[in-house]
Formats: sequence, C-alpha cells, structure tokens
Amino acid sequence: MNVVVCVKQVPDPNSPGQLDPTTHWLRREGVEVVLDPSDEYGIEAGLQLAEKHGGQVTVVTMGPEKAMDAIRKALAMGAAKGVLVSDEGLRGSDALTTAKVLAKVIEREGFDVVITATESTDGYTGVVPQMLAELLGAPALTFAKHVESPDGRSLRVHRQTETGYDVVEAELPAVVSVTAGVNEPRYPSLKGIMAAKQKPVERLTPADLGLAGYGGATARQRIVSVEPAEERQAGEIVEDDGTAAQRIVDFLAKVKVI
Amino acid sequence: MPVQKTWIFAEVAEGKPTTTTLELLTKARSFGGTVEAVAVGPGADAIADVVGEYGATTLYAAADAALGEVLLGAFATDVLADLVAEHQPDLILFPMTYTGRDVAGRLAARLDRPLVANALDVGADGAVVVQTAIFGGSQIVRTELDGGKPAVVVVRPKSFAAEPLPGAGPAAVVRIDRPLDERHRRARIVDRVADVAAGPKLEEAPVVVSGGRGLGDPANFKLLEQLASLLNGAVGASRAVVDAGWVPYAMQVGQTGKTVKPTVYIACGISGAMQHTVGMKGAKHIIAINKDREAPIFKLADLGVVGDVLKVVPQVIQELQARRG
Repeated sequence: MNVVVCVKQVPDPNSPGQLDPTTHWLRREGVEVVLDPSDEYGIEAGLQLAEKHGGQVTVVTMGPEKAMDAIRKALAMGAAKGVLVSDEGLRGSDALTTAKVLAKVIEREGFDVVITATESTDGYTGVVPQMLAELLGAPALTFAKHVESPDGRSLRVHRQTETGYDVVEAELPAVVSVTAGVNEPRYPSLKGIMAAKQKPVERLTPADLGLAGYGGATARQRIVSVEPAEERQAGEIVEDDGTAAQRIVDFLAKVKVI
Repeated sequence: MPVQKTWIFAEVAEGKPTTTTLELLTKARSFGGTVEAVAVGPGADAIADVVGEYGATTLYAAADAALGEVLLGAFATDVLADLVAEHQPDLILFPMTYTGRDVAGRLAARLDRPLVANALDVGADGAVVVQTAIFGGSQIVRTELDGGKPAVVVVRPKSFAAEPLPGAGPAAVVRIDRPLDERHRRARIVDRVADVAAGPKLEEAPVVVSGGRGLGDPANFKLLEQLASLLNGAVGASRAVVDAGWVPYAMQVGQTGKTVKPTVYIACGISGAMQHTVGMKGAKHIIAINKDREAPIFKLADLGVVGDVLKVVPQVIQELQARRG
C-alpha cells in the first residue's frame, strides 16, 4: 500500500505567528516553526497502514527550505521518503494553488492512499484534502476519527458528523483527512532520527512539475488588511473562599438564565 | 460590479434547513441581488417554504433517496458545476460544516475558482471581501477575491443572525433529476452512529457548560451534565478531553469543533487555548472556573473563579436545587 502523507510546517502553535504588515505573508524570521502537530496523526495513520499491509509512506510538503525539518521529523517517525516543493515564487499561494502543486507530486509518486490533516493549525482553511481528491479523481473520506483497511484494498473510516459519526467505506485509491485523536502518534526514536539522515529526500520546484510560474502570482485572492482582533475585556476574578458558588448563582440570576 | 446573484448551499437536518443555512440566506439578502438556494440530499426538495421565508426565490433540489447512502461531495460537485455553468451566480456561500467543506473544496477545484474558508463576514459592495480570523482568532484578515464568477466562500456557523424576510413566500422548486453514477457511490455510508446526549443542542442551548482537563477524570462530566440540566443547557468539551476519549467529538467546542454563542458559557477546568476560545468567545457572558490563576481563559471571563472545579460546581448545583425548592 503506497501512502502519501501531505504535511505542513507552521509557526509553533504555542507562540502564535505574525503576518508581515506590508506583504501580508507569514513572517518566518525569528519565529519557531514546527511540523504541524495535527500532521503527526496523519503520519501515524499512514505508518500503521503501511506496517499492516506492506508498502511505504512518502511525505510531501510545500514550503521554504526550512520545511525540510518537518520532512525529517516524519522520516524519523518512520516514513521512507520525502519530497519538498520549494520556490520563492510559491510564497503567497492560495489553497487551490497549493492543492495543484501537491496533486502533481502525488501523481508522480503514485498512491493508494493520500492522508492529510483536516486543516492546518495556522490557516484553518480545511479544504485542501477535498481539492486534492477532486484533482486526483479519488473519493474523499474526510474528518476521519478512525481509519482502518480491512483487506488492504479498501478503507473503512469513522467520519465525524454534527451528531456523532458515519461509518464510511471506499475502495482504493482514496484521499483521507484525519482528525487529531485518530491515533497516538509515535515519538521518533533515536534510531529513527539517525536513520532519517540516510533516507532519500527530493527537492522540486513548480517548474519540475510542469507548473512553472505557479504560486503567489497565480493566487486569485489578495489580503487587503490584517488587524488584531477585538479582544473581550476581562471581568472580575475572585479566589474561591467558599462563596464563589454563590457568586456564580448571583451572576446567573443577574443575566436572567435562572 | 456588485454581486447580483448569490447562491447558498443549503443543508437539511431532520427535514428542515439548518440554522446556518438560514444565517447565510439572511446575509445574502443584504447584498441586494437575487438569492437562491441549492440543496442536495434526501429531503432537499422539502425545504422550499422555509428557505423562501428567509429570502430564497428559487430552490434547486437534488433529492434522490440514494444520496443518503453516500458522502455528498462528488455528486453535489457535479450538480453544482452544471448549475453554475447554466446560471452564472456571482457568489456561492457554503456553511463551514463537514459536508459544506467537502463540496466547496471540490467545487472550487472543479471550476478552478479561488475559495476562502473559515469566513466570519462577507462583504459584496464591489469586489467580494471576506473576513477571516487566523492564529487562533488573534488577528483578523480581510481577503479580496478576484472579479471572476463565482466567488466561493465557506462561512463559519453563527457568523450572522437568521431573520425571516417579512412577506416572503416559498421558493420555486427546480428539481434536479440526475442519477447517481459509479463515481458518486465510491464513498459509501454503511452505518450512522449518533452519540449526542439528550437535552438541548449544543449550538442552540442558551447555556453551555464545558469541561476540560481540569475535571481530572471523565466520570466528573456527570457533574457538568447535572449543572447543565438545571440550567436548560448543553454540555461541551475542550479538544484535549475529546482527543483523550473522555467524551464524543460531537461535544467539542472550538476551531475543529462547534461554534457556540450562548447567553452564558461556563468553562470548567478549561485553560483556554486559542483552539478552544475561537469557538466560544462569542458567548454573551462567560464564567470560568480554574485552579490556575494564570489560565488564559480568565482573560475572557466576565466572572472568573480561581478554585477547584470539583468543589465549586457541586456547590453551584446545590444552590440551584435549593432555589428550586
């Protein structure tokens, strides 16, 4: 089973990022970047499928050279190969441009299963998996909180719904987006980290994929302003000295919910 | 060119259009042009009265019963792509739901049109300008789409109020009788599992009582259920405890879960990571109970209690029961 996992390097969610005030691009200088924590679940899901049914995991990303760190982490977890698509012109790409670039790489690699997170932790667009499915002509098993392959030829997932989940099945090939919590991602072992240094990584540009000129220039949307969100004002903070419960009940009465 | 024709991707639940569908219809009316709805799935043709009351003049409906057995993305994309080619809407608004995202993403790729998701507001005076929040809601970004047709925008639930249009009648129904082919049946639903507790819906309850890691143990969610039932409320949860398997996903409030705007939100043992607060900071009033005085949730709370949630909540329950007599 050939599994391709798409990942993204993002500003460390524990220290939120900044956009450059003039270019409106993500400011990358002096910002801690990490493999998107939500991507670790996708990598783990891919490794489990490959371990059970044979085959290997290829990890694909688009980003600056620094994003190779994200690939290295995936390789240390157990992925076999990494592909980084990098080019100055890709800055400012929109979701569809990103999906087109990733889809070209995935077609080149060949796939039975493509796995992504449901959305990135920095942008939250959350539509690249569906775009990939459309571009690759594959079914999209989205928002999966459980993934298994009963026979190596099909997938069965539990797909989140507003009221619970649906059990959804599809023959391969397929695109799957997984939620956080779908599994317990493994930590890279020391052996894995050492082995990752020897694993093949490929660097490509859009031109290598027949997509010369793709990137910010082909984005058909433009950020016109970035402003800090209006924050709520903090109210009263009290230490519980035994009367806090009464304070809460008084508050509920004041706002007329009791 | 201002927007002249706006389409809403309408979703149906329990035979009615969802609240988010009505929110989007209400917003679309403010653009001044024609508002029409497209619905795909069993029962899609039965919502003409309500979508009409909220301003849709036409309802395009594909209501084949077999649609209940598949994920709708592939089929709905085919239906919409054909309708778009015929009717040329300027703007299509999708709800930021599981199926809304499935269809919007595929459609944008099919039509080769840009898409903005996670929208909190949409302006369409001239160009379509979409407001989104990034970095956990700390910054607001306004994005302008190119002038091509259609602009595709996916809007978060609860971004707008839903208000009927006085005097509006039912929408005219245009039935789409396209049969499902093999490609539409590739992602098959073989079972549906509901795991939401009884009581008011999380998204609609006037009071939401949510729990996080600070509860210490999944069994302590019982306390929150008790408190919620005394307040005619619903129980929510942070992502941390949902991921840990304490409670079902359907209870998750936050970026990857539900957006709630109750009259009162009571955060019990929730630290207030941005992932969570983006889904609840629109509440009218916020009460937070947490042991850690430095927890970020206190920055949002109208009333913050620094204390042990396992002590305070039972006392509140007792107090409320006493008032009831």
